[in-house]
Amino acid sequence: MRATYFPGCTLNTTGKGFDNAVRASASAVGLELIEVPDWNCCGATYPLIIDNILELAAPAHVLVAAQTQGRILTTACTTCYNVLKRTNEFIRKHPDERDRLNTFIEAEYQGEVNVKDILHLLRDDIGFESIQSHVQKPLTDLKVACYYGCMVLRPPAEVGYDDPDHPTSLDDLMAALGATPIDFPHKNECCGAYLAVKAPDVTRDMVYTILRSAQAAGAEAIATNCPLCQFNLDKQQAEMRKIHAGYRPVPVFYFSQLMGLALGLDVREYGWDQHYIDARPLLAARNLWQGEAMVEGATQ
Amino acid sequence: MRVRLSAESVHNELVRRVEEYSGQDLMACYQCGKCAAGCPVAFAMDMLPSQVIRFAQLGLVEKLLESKTIWLCAACQTCYTRCPKGVDLSRIMEALREILMYEQGSHINYDQISLEEIVEWPQQAFIGSFRKYTV
Repeated sequence: MRATYFPGCTLNTTGKGFDNAVRASASAVGLELIEVPDWNCCGATYPLIIDNILELAAPAHVLVAAQTQGRILTTACTTCYNVLKRTNEFIRKHPDERDRLNTFIEAEYQGEVNVKDILHLLRDDIGFESIQSHVQKPLTDLKVACYYGCMVLRPPAEVGYDDPDHPTSLDDLMAALGATPIDFPHKNECCGAYLAVKAPDVTRDMVYTILRSAQAAGAEAIATNCPLCQFNLDKQQAEMRKIHAGYRPVPVFYFSQLMGLALGLDVREYGWDQHYIDARPLLAARNLWQGEAMVEGATQ
Repeated sequence: MRVRLSAESVHNELVRRVEEYSGQDLMACYQCGKCAAGCPVAFAMDMLPSQVIRFAQLGLVEKLLESKTIWLCAACQTCYTRCPKGVDLSRIMEALREILMYEQGSHINYDQISLEEIVEWPQQAFIGSFRKYTV
């Protein structure tokens, strides 16, 4: 199966490991990703005031560019997904604003593209059973809490493909990869997102609540599908022990890193060095990290 | 706190602008409090999300413009998802920020962001915050 792929800014830079793992894993399970030609930033937030036509120009331009490659547009960045999906829904439902927008960006786009989050594609179009059949190294005994964040869940009427209060798609994927998904009540609670720039103290408390909840449920690692959540959950832990005595950090994976590992792919370019809490010792302890280059990392 | 209400003060210009920018019917809210109960940032706020809409209903938008709450809403949409009346409170928060920023300019100090952070942080964190806190 083929889909047009929008990497977005974060996956093109700090989240390059996430991106590499997504591309390789998708290819391994029969999902061919064709990058959107000449893409630009989606804007990173969906504008919430009503007269928002100007701020929809950037995501609309991405949709227009994607249209040249096919009908299904997918992205692994949950924020990009949320912005592109909501923009597309807006264009479909508001003909007058659509005309203004098209005039502005010199296009004739009517909402033809179908925007799908990559996890949604993997679940419904590829199938977790099919993915399971490709697993070479099952993630046996890895107790991982799946953290969804906000962007693929809310608002459910516009972006939802999973239960907004009790999502399971990432848990089901982890189970298909052989891991033990750990359910916990904060799997859909906001980590603070961009608030980290303005109010880092506040987001640190939000992140702590989420991580403690996952650990109390028995998780030894977190897997997430959101690059900003990964950053917030991972980075905040580096200093957590100074505020919460005795705190034991847990690694925070991009879900695609675990997918690539389980599929037996070459995982060296998956950005392991960029984690604040090194994930390799845990993987080594579970016999999931082998080979010379890998062992070097594990001993750090 | 003593508050004097009148028909004029309840239907003032600021209330009209909040409704226009947000596209929300403020009177739809019947104060069940689900938004405040589920808000993950409520612990840091000086006014609860449900109080924000109550003050707006009473025409006390100026009080809201002084609160920290409107700058702490991360637009996670938990309140909107759970609201039994379908009020999108994150749009009201955005309308309040916009009203204030139209008058006072951007609400973020770029100088506080270090070069190290610019290199290290995901772009989406900066772009998202710049879009929320600048005009």
